[in-house]
Amino acid sequence: MKQNLTFIENAAGRMVPTEVNGVKAVPFKGYNKHKPTGYKAQQPIRSCGDYPADGNKRVPNLKEALIKAGLKDGMTLSSHHHFRNGDLIMNQVFDIAAELGIKDLVWFPSAAFPCHEPIIKHLDNGVIHHIEGSLNGPLGDYASEGKMKGLAVLRSHGGRWQAVQDGEIHIDIAIIAAPTADAFGNATGDRGPSACGLLGFGLVDSLYADKSIIVTDNLVPFPCIPWQIMGQNIDYVVELDKVGLPERIVSGTTNITKSPDRLYIAELTARFVRDTGILRDGFSFQAGAGGTALSFAIFLKEMMIEKKIKARFIRGGSTKYLVEMLEEGLTDYILDGQTFDLDGVRSMRENEGHQDTSPFTSYNWHGKGNFASMLDVVVLGATEVDVNFNANVVTHSDGRMLHGIGGWQNCLTSKCTILPIPAFRDRIPIIVDRVTTLVGPGELIDVIITERGIAINPLRQDLINLAKDTDLPIKTIHKLKAEIDELIGGPPEKPTFTDEAIGVVKWVDGTVIDTIFRVKK
Amino acid sequence: MPENQTYSAGPQTGDIRSDCQVVYTKSANPIEIVVKTKLEVMYSKSIRELAAKSLDSLSIKTGKLEIIDFGAIPFVMMAHIETAIKRAFPSLKTALLPDVKSHTLYTSTRDKFRRSRLYLPGNQPKLWLNAGIHKPDGVILDLEDSVPPNEKDSARHLVRNALRVLDFFGAERMVRINQGDMGFTDLDAIIPHNVNLVLVPKVESATYLKKVDAHIQSIQNKYGLTQSVYLMPILESARGILKALEIAEASTNTVALAIGLEDYTADLGVPRTNEGDESFFARSVVIHAARATGIQAIDTVFSDVNDETGLRESVLEAKALGFDGKGCIHPRQIRVVHDAFAPTQDEIDKALRIVEAAKMAESKGLGVVSLGSKMIDPPVVKRALHTINMAKATGQLK
Repeated sequence: MKQNLTFIENAAGRMVPTEVNGVKAVPFKGYNKHKPTGYKAQQPIRSCGDYPADGNKRVPNLKEALIKAGLKDGMTLSSHHHFRNGDLIMNQVFDIAAELGIKDLVWFPSAAFPCHEPIIKHLDNGVIHHIEGSLNGPLGDYASEGKMKGLAVLRSHGGRWQAVQDGEIHIDIAIIAAPTADAFGNATGDRGPSACGLLGFGLVDSLYADKSIIVTDNLVPFPCIPWQIMGQNIDYVVELDKVGLPERIVSGTTNITKSPDRLYIAELTARFVRDTGILRDGFSFQAGAGGTALSFAIFLKEMMIEKKIKARFIRGGSTKYLVEMLEEGLTDYILDGQTFDLDGVRSMRENEGHQDTSPFTSYNWHGKGNFASMLDVVVLGATEVDVNFNANVVTHSDGRMLHGIGGWQNCLTSKCTILPIPAFRDRIPIIVDRVTTLVGPGELIDVIITERGIAINPLRQDLINLAKDTDLPIKTIHKLKAEIDELIGGPPEKPTFTDEAIGVVKWVDGTVIDTIFRVKK
Repeated sequence: MPENQTYSAGPQTGDIRSDCQVVYTKSANPIEIVVKTKLEVMYSKSIRELAAKSLDSLSIKTGKLEIIDFGAIPFVMMAHIETAIKRAFPSLKTALLPDVKSHTLYTSTRDKFRRSRLYLPGNQPKLWLNAGIHKPDGVILDLEDSVPPNEKDSARHLVRNALRVLDFFGAERMVRINQGDMGFTDLDAIIPHNVNLVLVPKVESATYLKKVDAHIQSIQNKYGLTQSVYLMPILESARGILKALEIAEASTNTVALAIGLEDYTADLGVPRTNEGDESFFARSVVIHAARATGIQAIDTVFSDVNDETGLRESVLEAKALGFDGKGCIHPRQIRVVHDAFAPTQDEIDKALRIVEAAKMAESKGLGVVSLGSKMIDPPVVKRALHTINMAKATGQLK
């Protein structure tokens, strides 16, 4: 919906609004340039005497918990996405809000999934004003068409934590679904019928929300051990028959790719890591759960065995493949941000070397350092990369907003950031002259690996030198782009945009790096 | 001519990707072009331009052309436009040719390695685009078994266009033609477009292969082409096997003799087994005929894509029998095939000693090569040189 916004050009040359959903916004200044001072947002003061001395914080149902938490018009409700596409809670929450006649809520999820499609009716009927969080699938389409009242605010996992600490977002009520909990509010994700591994994405909510509700389908007598969420931060506990669909909690993305082209890209990526000497004893890496990233890990594992190399730590998204590496002694630790399959969940329960983490430890801009920048190599995806190595993960080349950022932006600070991506999908080239939406600045993206060659960022002369005497197919990004365009009969035309903003992309420090405008029909 | 009759080309069903459908409707009205594409924003304009230019080249001024696109690249779209139009006007002779890309203009050699040859179905161009990056020794654009009878015209246009446009990164550019007269129509369509090698299926006589060779020559003469077009006859019947030697020596352009076991076992009336007792004779005959005439012997395909161990065993067995190559039906098989055909370190060491001994003997003017107390015959030296060449090609030997 059209808003009256003032736009200014940020340091990346992108036009961004000076205000986002009524909050003053700072334009992107460049990497490592924005450092606010002062104090972080605070938690409200609470007193023990106001809580049951016997530790029993149970309320009979979700509706009562929301009423007790003081649900009213205009509040911000938050939730985590550890149940991914199997979440059964948030649709119920907004149905209850509708039933209570509540309007203009803001939903602040760590990510939304296709299972949240029913929420569209609450955007239409005014129960929800807008969503601040990753919009995938149907919600992405809805917002892309300009139907949402407020701006979609796309943040990274680390950026979500930063937004709370900077006071950009104040959470009124956090709803934290937990696979196992006690009546005091201690909760864990590593066990129970809806086990999802860990609850790290909900941690900031429990720490900063005015009111926090734990919802569980596996209530155990106090104490719930281990506790990933501390009961001291929880107001109410609700027991339901079922909080999630386990078969959808476990991601469908954890299959190794069968595509010969993607296998080739994955292998080329592993060879790059080996042949440039990044693969050495005590190294660390992070690879996500996509088919190519998983295959990369498997190729890398073979090379590690062959060269008798052991990693010090691997950052997850854990999968059975990473768990195998841990259990076969190929890494000392998995530092896990989310578990993608049941082997990951089991390992987190059983293996001492499988540590649950949170966006605070791994990604947060306002921590005193974070894990992401300590990684030797990280392997990520993208929908587009431009000739200056800027990359996009949230929109497609036709301008549609379809994906969340996840930890993607946060990981760019690793010592070597590699994007292994197919040169083209159908007829859509991956390398463009200018990304549709800027999500990651080119100075942080080191290597693009496609089946038609590898391009190294000219800023990384060190990597260029290391790759020089290898048989890796190194090309300039311009040559790679020209080859791909020639094959597909491109470059394609670009969409034309209206001047109507439908969303903004935040950088990890809270500044606005780009605006997503509605595509002209 | 009936008005409003429609003529279609391109895949009609299933999950269509990187391809398109073309429907031409005859009428007396001025030409109308309708484009529907899932890449509307990015390509609808250029598709429309391509369609208009194509119709112009084919001198089509009336009717309606609809393109339903799922991300087809231009050479594929042009092939389907040509097919739809020629189905409407069968007497039309003009070809709709994409410009030749310089990266397609390489030649082959008689003794090029032919360890792996990757079959590419003639009606699935999306599988061709990246075929070369997997580095098979050869790619086979297949007009025969992978293409249903009513799609042969379409496959011919697609394959011809691919030969003019696609970079196979040095892989030998092979085409498998159809059996009988249809094979000659195939040759007319493809030979002018830099084919390195023609696979001739179900060859049962030297006469037939000579006819194919002569036909290729006549096309080359017509177009003033001089580079060699090699032949790989496929023996896949009892008669073909029994005629192996005369087929192998029928033409100087023949560089390899291949065996096809599906049809061969069917011809014998026996099931094809993993152990392969039923085909041992035929395979041995093919190897003997090839060795006797100094050409390569190429084994059949291994059809279980998921069974990497089985494939490796099958290649090692083929290598032990004397085969030089194996057919591949999936890019994942190529590496396994190359690895299995690669000489072992023992074989390389031995070959180096033999070649060294031969050099010594030559420099000393000795007629007989000996290694230790053993005398080495010339074929052994030749084989050793082959081993060293392969070791160099695989990077095992610098």
